[in-house]
Amino acid sequence: MAEHVLDMPITEAQVRALKVGDHVTLERTLFGIRDATLIAMFDRDRTTRFDLAGHALLHTAPNVRKVAASAEAPSGYAPLCIGTTTSQRMERFTRPLLERHGARIIIGKGGMGPGSLQAFRDFGGAYLAVVGGAAALETTWIEAIEDVDLDDLHPESLWRFRIRHFGPLMVAMDSHGGSLYARIQENAAARRAAVLAKLDAGD
Amino acid sequence: MELDTQELEELSKTLYVRALKLLPRDIKAGFADLQARETDATGRTVLATMVENIAVAERTNNLLCQDTGIPIYNVTIGRNVTFDGVAMKDAIRRGCERATTEHPLRSSVVHPLTRRNEQTSCGVRIPIINVDFDDRDETVEVEMIPKGSGSENGSFLQMLIPADGVAAIKRFVVDRVIELGGRVCPPTIVGVGIGGTSDLCMHLAKIAATRPLGTTCVDAEGAKIEAALSEAVNELGIGPQGLGGRATAFRVHVEVAATHITMNPVAVNIQCHSARRASAVITPGGIAFV
Repeated sequence: MAEHVLDMPITEAQVRALKVGDHVTLERTLFGIRDATLIAMFDRDRTTRFDLAGHALLHTAPNVRKVAASAEAPSGYAPLCIGTTTSQRMERFTRPLLERHGARIIIGKGGMGPGSLQAFRDFGGAYLAVVGGAAALETTWIEAIEDVDLDDLHPESLWRFRIRHFGPLMVAMDSHGGSLYARIQENAAARRAAVLAKLDAGD
Repeated sequence: MELDTQELEELSKTLYVRALKLLPRDIKAGFADLQARETDATGRTVLATMVENIAVAERTNNLLCQDTGIPIYNVTIGRNVTFDGVAMKDAIRRGCERATTEHPLRSSVVHPLTRRNEQTSCGVRIPIINVDFDDRDETVEVEMIPKGSGSENGSFLQMLIPADGVAAIKRFVVDRVIELGGRVCPPTIVGVGIGGTSDLCMHLAKIAATRPLGTTCVDAEGAKIEAALSEAVNELGIGPQGLGGRATAFRVHVEVAATHITMNPVAVNIQCHSARRASAVITPGGIAFV
């Protein structure tokens, strides 16, 4: 189990060095993205002026306050509470994010499916697990909202955050076919029969 | 006592923000209980992060979770209370909207077809306002639940039949917990509705999921299943955040209702570890937060 500090953006070699169980802390830049953002980009052909190549994308829609633009709040938004949403809903967008935009890391909670795992293997990517529902803590890792695009989708806009010591996060899916979630699911399925028998509820 | 709608509007606003920031005491105690019993290293780390987050939220006066949820208000009206029901519902709606715009909070509510967000946490039939009555004299209790979507998406209804028996009910619950894994932000409260009609069964599951820890199903048979399932789901190894461990659920809660001779319905509704709710009681003496 290795510890990594990644100054974003990163290269394919850097993401392929990550293995399930490793811990990662991110520095500098992080993008926020979720359902409506991805639907707009991939189902409605909306384009973004942001370059996502080599970057990490967090499944989120933040609580923000509108403020006058300044050095501390270049986007005109101050962060109030920024956390992580369930990733599984965004499953079909992992491949195009990696293939067309060159994204390297997805950060979320609850894990993703076989399609994402294959995309991580094919293009070089990884999924990092953040503790969902721990948003007050996560917010302390975010210094500022630097910029925002597609803000007509607010709060499901495409956000660019300036981060400092974002983590530690656990590598839960890697580019070598490793998935902690798949392992846990197989384990639960194996325990199922004994659990049901004890409940007098076997198949 | 006459229900003051201005006071109710302010309270509805306050309760939304309060629910988002302060985790109820029973849930905090539930975390301590899970931490004492967790043996998996990752599970222990994840639980510690969740507990740290509760402290950070209190220290920084911040929201526990970014998901402001679907707002639900449960109003229980006692005896000898006069009120204008329409004005009461309008006041709650205004309070909910003002919490969103004045705090401000992320509005997590959209039209189901256009997906338009009014940025008010309100929309068609939202906030959900449930009204019930009890026998407390000159008392109105208001409970606010910001129901998070990660766990709400883990909702299921199965219209089982009598020949399937109780075994199928238990199997249904265990299988849904396995299927959901880490998506519903475990450790969870697994709410199970048994009986009634399809809609009542689902509502029972929500009542169960949002019932305080430490309470037991008042129906003796329901309580037995509740205890057995609570043990069972924590033997699956799913653990906090689905990353492995014992603590998959704080508890399984069951609520029951009588059903038809041909029916055997079961419903599951999940509450995530950020099991937020806030309550207050209005009496002639004023407002007291529960």
